[in-house]
Amino acid sequence: MIPLPPTAPPGVATSESLASDLGCFPTPETYVALVRAFKDDGFELCADLCGVDYLEHPGRDLPDGVVPTRFEVVVNLLSLSKRQRVRVRVQAGDDEPRVPSLFDLYPGTEAMEREAFDLFGILFDGHPDLTRILMPEEWEGHPLRKDYAVGRVPVQFKEAPGPR
Amino acid sequence: MSDLHVRSAERPDLLTVETSEGAQGLQARDVTATLELGRELGAVLRANGLTLDPRDVDVERRDDETMIINMGPAHPSTHGVLRLMLELDGEFVLRTKPVIGYLHTGMEKTGEVLTYVQGGTNVTRMDYLSPVANELSYSMAVEKLLGVEVPERAVWIRMLMAELNRVSSHLVWMATNGMDLGATSMMIYGFRERELILAFFEKTAGLRLNLNYVRPGGVAADLPDGWEDDVAVICDTIFERSFEYDQLLTGQPIFRQRMEGVAPITAEEALALGVTGPLLRSTGVPWDLRRTMPYLAYDQVDFDVIVGTYGDNFDRYAIRLNEIRESIRIVRQCLEKMPLGDYRSQDPKVTPPPRARIGESMEALIHHFKLFTEGFAVPTGEVYSAIESPRGELGCYLVSDGGPKPYRLHVRAPSFVNLQAVPLLMRGGSVSDAITVISTVDPIMGEVDR
Repeated sequence: MIPLPPTAPPGVATSESLASDLGCFPTPETYVALVRAFKDDGFELCADLCGVDYLEHPGRDLPDGVVPTRFEVVVNLLSLSKRQRVRVRVQAGDDEPRVPSLFDLYPGTEAMEREAFDLFGILFDGHPDLTRILMPEEWEGHPLRKDYAVGRVPVQFKEAPGPR
Repeated sequence: MSDLHVRSAERPDLLTVETSEGAQGLQARDVTATLELGRELGAVLRANGLTLDPRDVDVERRDDETMIINMGPAHPSTHGVLRLMLELDGEFVLRTKPVIGYLHTGMEKTGEVLTYVQGGTNVTRMDYLSPVANELSYSMAVEKLLGVEVPERAVWIRMLMAELNRVSSHLVWMATNGMDLGATSMMIYGFRERELILAFFEKTAGLRLNLNYVRPGGVAADLPDGWEDDVAVICDTIFERSFEYDQLLTGQPIFRQRMEGVAPITAEEALALGVTGPLLRSTGVPWDLRRTMPYLAYDQVDFDVIVGTYGDNFDRYAIRLNEIRESIRIVRQCLEKMPLGDYRSQDPKVTPPPRARIGESMEALIHHFKLFTEGFAVPTGEVYSAIESPRGELGCYLVSDGGPKPYRLHVRAPSFVNLQAVPLLMRGGSVSDAITVISTVDPIMGEVDR
């Protein structure tokens, strides 16, 4: 298991996840400081950032002291020099999920944060251009939320049921 | 209603409303926030913190000197439905903003209502030029959660198919890139050679494009009889012809002038933007997941990671051309070393019973039926698996709640992330360079929008 970087903020819970890379659980307050510590420690690339809506799966496995919330932001960092991955999972909140943006550290998270905003409605403070990216501008709702129904399109055949 | 019939020249505001994408689109400079302006100029890498002065990030341009035009979504050189908004000063591009989502079909949402068995048919349609890579990344994520061991032969079959797929994907790239630059003969040659590989896919998996061949636990079917001969012919033909493409394009002065030194990117910029794949390697960073974080049996085959020096269009072309040859090298080693054995795991949890048993055993029939209607339950957990697709790091983040369907299926699409380099690469170039930039970044819109 990889230790946390020396400059990491205190009190960050960790766990070893299934993929045998380090999982860290900062709060929204310590989130940017932790990612910055990883960046200074040689994690040059932010590989992935996505949101998860845990509305229907609240009892997930979290280390002690981490309060689960409905929305979670998952960041996968990659170190080219150490050939390691690390996963940062931050609990973003229930009703109005909000976390700070990583744009200043990794400009490449720009599109990924826009995607998480578009599909989950997670707000990223400090993002330069938080607009919808995949859905049309005037779309209502955030499609990947669990309380957003899977749509159905009527099929043009006689007595044919819709998909699903 | 009568407003609609007013001629647009008399009511310019109506014209804007009709064509505007709202805040998603590229706005005039005086209504754009400084930070966003900086991002669109590709200046984020030079900005320190949040204090960014517009005078630092651009030359003294005013809105009445520049023009914002649309390119796409139905432009032939945008490889699908990519829409770019370009701010032009005469012939030169200042700001660029990709507007995406025209091919968004909600595949991540669809993935949540399909079982793990059905999921392969969904993910294979994301990056439609390299379906095997998509299925591989997804299947490896599912297998990691399940803890299922894949038999040796399945691993090598997967590697063989993934590398053949890389060759076919790069051949399409060579073809379309040639077409964008006016080298239409390359277009015909690229598609001609790709046909060989697609014919082999059809023989093996039954389908040419969206194979659904790699499945959790192994692959769908064993290689067909006589596959060695087919693969040997493919390798010999394409390897030999790759030198013909070399001769056709590399030595051609017009091609070189449009590629060499055009749209360079540095390693720092590429890393900051999260860019991977040939785009990152063109800057000299030897980062190829097949070598640096080996999966399947890539640590048992011999191949070179191709890197560039200048990070320009020509490097990206040369890398893809040479990766075709390296992939063929790997395929030839698969041919030699292909082990005997099962092509899928014998774990009854993920694998249906053999066809012969279904006819005579009630239990086997029930088992088969349950597997394809209910699917199999996957232990609770989260997993991220990444592979090197022809376009870069293709990751799959899977969350399971213990049921037969993924709770959340997220695909880290390399094209989606690489597309962010486009504004930076295009800045300062001409519109004709913009065409080559789109081409060498190689975005696959099915994967960008998912």
